[in-house]
Amino acid sequence: MTRIPLMRNIAVVCSLSFLGTIGFAQDKPLKKDLKFTVIPKNINNPYMVIQSGGATDACKELGIEGKVVGPSETGASAQVPYINTAITQRQNAILIAANDPNALVPYLKKAMSQKISVVTLDSDTAPEGREIFINQASAEGIGQSLVQTLAKQIGSSGDFAILSATPNATNQNTWIKYMQQELKKPEYKEMKLVKIAYGNDEDQKSFTETQGLLQAYPNLKGIISPTSVGIAAAARYISTSPYKGKVALTGLGTPNQLRQFVKDGTIKEFELWNPADVGYLAAYAAAQLASGNIQGKEGETFAAGKLGTRTVGKDGVVLLGPPTVFNADNIDKFNF
Amino acid sequence: MSEGQSSTRRLVRRVSWEAILALLLVLALVGGAVLNKDFLTAENWANLLANFTEIALMALPLSLIVITNEIDLSVASILGLSSSLLGALWQYKLAMPLVLVTCLVAGALCGWLNGFLIVRFRLPSLAVTIGTLALFRGFAYIILGDKAIADFPSEYAEFGIGVVPNTFIPTPFVLFIVLALIFWILLHHTTIGRRIYAIGGNPTAARFSGINLNRLKLLLYVASGLISALAGIVYTFRFSSSRADNGTGFELSAIAAVFLGGVTVQGGKGTVTGVVLSLLLIGIINNMLTLADVASEILRIVTGSLLIVSVLLPNLIAKTRESWRLMRRQREIARLGSAS
Repeated sequence: MTRIPLMRNIAVVCSLSFLGTIGFAQDKPLKKDLKFTVIPKNINNPYMVIQSGGATDACKELGIEGKVVGPSETGASAQVPYINTAITQRQNAILIAANDPNALVPYLKKAMSQKISVVTLDSDTAPEGREIFINQASAEGIGQSLVQTLAKQIGSSGDFAILSATPNATNQNTWIKYMQQELKKPEYKEMKLVKIAYGNDEDQKSFTETQGLLQAYPNLKGIISPTSVGIAAAARYISTSPYKGKVALTGLGTPNQLRQFVKDGTIKEFELWNPADVGYLAAYAAAQLASGNIQGKEGETFAAGKLGTRTVGKDGVVLLGPPTVFNADNIDKFNF
Repeated sequence: MSEGQSSTRRLVRRVSWEAILALLLVLALVGGAVLNKDFLTAENWANLLANFTEIALMALPLSLIVITNEIDLSVASILGLSSSLLGALWQYKLAMPLVLVTCLVAGALCGWLNGFLIVRFRLPSLAVTIGTLALFRGFAYIILGDKAIADFPSEYAEFGIGVVPNTFIPTPFVLFIVLALIFWILLHHTTIGRRIYAIGGNPTAARFSGINLNRLKLLLYVASGLISALAGIVYTFRFSSSRADNGTGFELSAIAAVFLGGVTVQGGKGTVTGVVLSLLLIGIINNMLTLADVASEILRIVTGSLLIVSVLLPNLIAKTRESWRLMRRQREIARLGSAS
């Protein structure tokens, strides 16, 4: 008689402690007094400001001293001095949105050799230059859905152009690659990509590049701009030009910047994710790396605060989730 | 007799500028060490020296040009042109030594163009080099467009970011040390140097004493182009990135260093020592501010202010000296007058 309750008790205790270890396995303690440096692509970029803000919010939650430093122009060489300063200041982790996949690798390798954890977010470097990359959404998914959105708006036929950021930006080129792959499908055979223009993530340059595109290609039916600076500048130009409503504009942008253009019809639909979440997740990943709790290997899991438990995928990539589509119906629900 | 006195006084004035720079340098070093515990580390000094290597290289021939009362604002554009040429040629997989020589020759040709226009047509160097600033940068864009080339062979990339073993001296900085010595010997211990001062101090007298101004100025511009191209190569390997817009704006930092180094706007005065000291000073100040996480725009304010101060200060000092001299003379006259 006493054996059964004992067995039951043993079973209960065993299963509870088993569940307990699963729960606590992701809650390994963090090192104290960690210091992080967040290096965006450029500091006066509204998207980057939101993203870096998410990272510093996470740092505050974790009791980490985090700061945001970066160049005012989007060049890889402009980011190098900040990486070097972070090494000299003996930071524990560098969170960086890379302006170039290769140019930064020697410097990031130097950082890693000094026991500084390196996490890339938004725009990756070659895998040997970092331990974890926070990818906002699957690159293939972004490329496919952007082409699909534009095709819907121009009836899957006509010339269109892409207004990108800087010619080297890793994320831009990856998304463009998947866009071109998607275009090879038979349902898009009437659609032609006539030009890829570069606005360098600078408002003024993106504006003039949009002007140039519309003047050089009078038959242009649409523009995809997978950069929040580019799409905002293009929208600004198109909404005050005779092309409004005639040339479809879509891409990646923030709701706050594009709300007026959705309301006045310049843009029907565009996509994004929450950039703050990207920064937030990056900081949590970096905290675990810097504390030695994970190494960035496939299959490792870690707790990411309000974003729940996350798993490291292949090549050290951590995916945030699917992109959100914004249009006139839902744009007022978001505030970033 | 009075000439001897005034030339010693002039010598004292010259030494003072470099002495002031040396004093400021010491103050900056102390300040840097006190304000930031990471300032005196080998790691930091490697970064500090590496960060201004290209500007330092360009400032050397530039200071000689300014002493002859000319200027060269196209140095940063030649840097960019050399960098984009390097990337473009490397894309065709030519042998790297050949590519490097081609870039240097291209830089020398650019310098020759500057010199030719200035000397042959007696055009003001400010106007010519502003024009070539745009022209050469334009060539850089034609050669490479918006692209960036990044895959250079590892031994060159390591040269760019490495240090001399067991020291904190970046390997490219060694080039600067060697060239600084060469220019120091050239300017202060050869007749060519004497002639450079003569051209700046009194061009007419120099011409009548048989100095070939045209040839010397042309040579200086060719040297400036050559060394700017070298700076372009160093920059490209340091960042493993060949882009048409590399080095944009560097000419301002180079000019600031030259003027802060004691080379006067009117020409005819200045030393290589002064320019080296001012380069170090600006480098240290920039480094201190970067360690304190000051934004890069504020660093530009610092460079600009130093440039203004370095041009304004000799002017003010000369004016105050002149008015003191006048006061002293008036007092002497008054004294002599009352004595008789």
